[in-house]
Amino acid sequence: MNSHLKHALPAWVWFTGLMLVFVILYAPILSALVFSFSADRFPSLDITRFSTKWYAQVFADARALEALKNSLTIALSTALVATTLGFAAAYADFRFRFFGQRMVLALALLPPTVPIVVLSLAMLAFFSRIGLSGTVGSIILAHVVVATPFAMAICRLRLEQMPQEYETAAQNLGATPGQALRLIVLPHAAPAIGAAALITFAVSLDEYAIAWFVGGLEQTVPVTVLNTLQGQVDPTIHVIGTLAFAATLSLVFAAQLLMLRSTKSHKNKEVSP
Amino acid sequence: MTQPLLELHNLNKSYGTFEAVKDIDLSVDAGEFLAIMGPSGCGKTTTLRMMAGLEDPTRGDIRLEGQQINDLPVWQRETPLVWQNLALFPYMTVRENVEFGLRMKKVPAPERQRRCAEWLERLGIAGFADRNVAKLSGGQRQRVALARSLVLQPKVLLLDEPLSALDAHMSIRMQGELKRLQRELGITFVYVTHSHSEAFSLADRVVIMNAGRIEQLGTPQDIFLRPRSRFVAQFVGGISLFSGVLKSTKEGKIGIDSADGLLQIADPASAQSGTRCDLAVRADRINVTTQPGWGTNEVPCTLMSEEFAGAVVNLHLETAAGTGIVAQLQQRDLERLSARAGQQVYASWHPEDGVLLGAPALKAVA
Repeated sequence: MNSHLKHALPAWVWFTGLMLVFVILYAPILSALVFSFSADRFPSLDITRFSTKWYAQVFADARALEALKNSLTIALSTALVATTLGFAAAYADFRFRFFGQRMVLALALLPPTVPIVVLSLAMLAFFSRIGLSGTVGSIILAHVVVATPFAMAICRLRLEQMPQEYETAAQNLGATPGQALRLIVLPHAAPAIGAAALITFAVSLDEYAIAWFVGGLEQTVPVTVLNTLQGQVDPTIHVIGTLAFAATLSLVFAAQLLMLRSTKSHKNKEVSP
Repeated sequence: MTQPLLELHNLNKSYGTFEAVKDIDLSVDAGEFLAIMGPSGCGKTTTLRMMAGLEDPTRGDIRLEGQQINDLPVWQRETPLVWQNLALFPYMTVRENVEFGLRMKKVPAPERQRRCAEWLERLGIAGFADRNVAKLSGGQRQRVALARSLVLQPKVLLLDEPLSALDAHMSIRMQGELKRLQRELGITFVYVTHSHSEAFSLADRVVIMNAGRIEQLGTPQDIFLRPRSRFVAQFVGGISLFSGVLKSTKEGKIGIDSADGLLQIADPASAQSGTRCDLAVRADRINVTTQPGWGTNEVPCTLMSEEFAGAVVNLHLETAAGTGIVAQLQQRDLERLSARAGQQVYASWHPEDGVLLGAPALKAVA
């Protein structure tokens, strides 16, 4: 729309800069992808042979599979709980005006800004006091704390696009508040709820520090990766890294797609006479 | 005496220290088309929202057919509202929108479909029944909003500036349809608007609100011909106002002694000499000439500007005392007048065309 605007610098400068950023961001990941298919024991650029043996090794490794099972259980539970809580918080903020609302909102959005080591230590101290530390449940709880603000932020964005009248109009036509929420608000927020679930799943799947602190012997995939690295350089790392990156990328991509499509349909609606 | 359909008794609404609605008493008869008009922030929408149960009154009563409905939650009231932005449910088709209220009231499917079809037909939108509401024109959306409320067969329909989203042409067409619909159905309409043309052309009675209070309640003719206060006169527009003291002369003439001289009136009403009064004269009753000697009340003025308004022209004049006068002339009369801005002209009118504002006798008329 603003293509006629001239930038302060020529286009090639912007383009080169952008490419540089992408190279720095993605080159290491790309290298992991390349080395994951190399038959060599140590990563070096004169790759002798293509091989999928490291993949086979990962999928035969009981420890890795156990970690994967843990990670998926934790991520799924976190996504469910964090999305539910996040939507509820976003809805409360959207629908009601109450004393201390800004304060509550600030507190609810705070956890991701706390340094992760501080948060992890506090979690560990707390969970060991109540006898929960070292369990999958404790990792889920801790991940819910970190992921909920993301879910809330995503749901708020979507709810803010909805005129307040929709819900009151439903009530005016005889819908109880529960029916209005179910029949009007939820369908409107559905793309955001889906996106929130995907993002919170990804947040939990990638999270390393908290899982390491509070998980004890229960290891998630990132924790396994790090533990493996501490011993030696194992080529299976490239495999796990590549798989983890692919998983996260698809989750974030799907979430983006959901949000984008919902805002598009929203815009179309506004444009129509 | 039949019972009014909808009554407001001493209705008040405050937000903190701000009083949005103050001591409103109003009764609306069954089958009446009532318009509530006023500038923005006058409390008209708040009053409407209290009728629908969207706001709780701070004090006072709302009664529907004699039953107090103050504490009835929104979803149990039968006072559907047509929203300013229509608030049609996106993601739903026209049919789903119209059937929504019937579903909520658990009307069995066959009856629901029959009533929905009947209203879609009646409002001429049957052809769009399965279309998404986002893919409709402004006028079609308006009809869906009406059908969605009317399908519930309410006793009273509340409308909050329903035509404000339409362009001028479409708005006038919908006004005609609304009026016809209301007559045919015999449903009470309570219609909030800031537009005089809508209120005056549609309503049986008009309420003019200002700063949370009712300034005047009457038929459109009443309000147009006999505004009760300066506010109403100014809000209705096209009215020149003169202030002065009521006085009767030795020759038996009665008028108000203003900065622009003695302005005679025909009906002194029962106001007493010596009271401060405002005199209102409608723009279409003022005659403009280039020579003096045409009327009883004649004020020399300067022609300030002309405002073209189709078949008529509004002339803005100013007297030596600084009073603004607006006179409405036919195009052909303006051509005959051939006056230019800055020129001296004379504004005159008959004593019977002057209306005293706030005079006690006028209340009996309303």
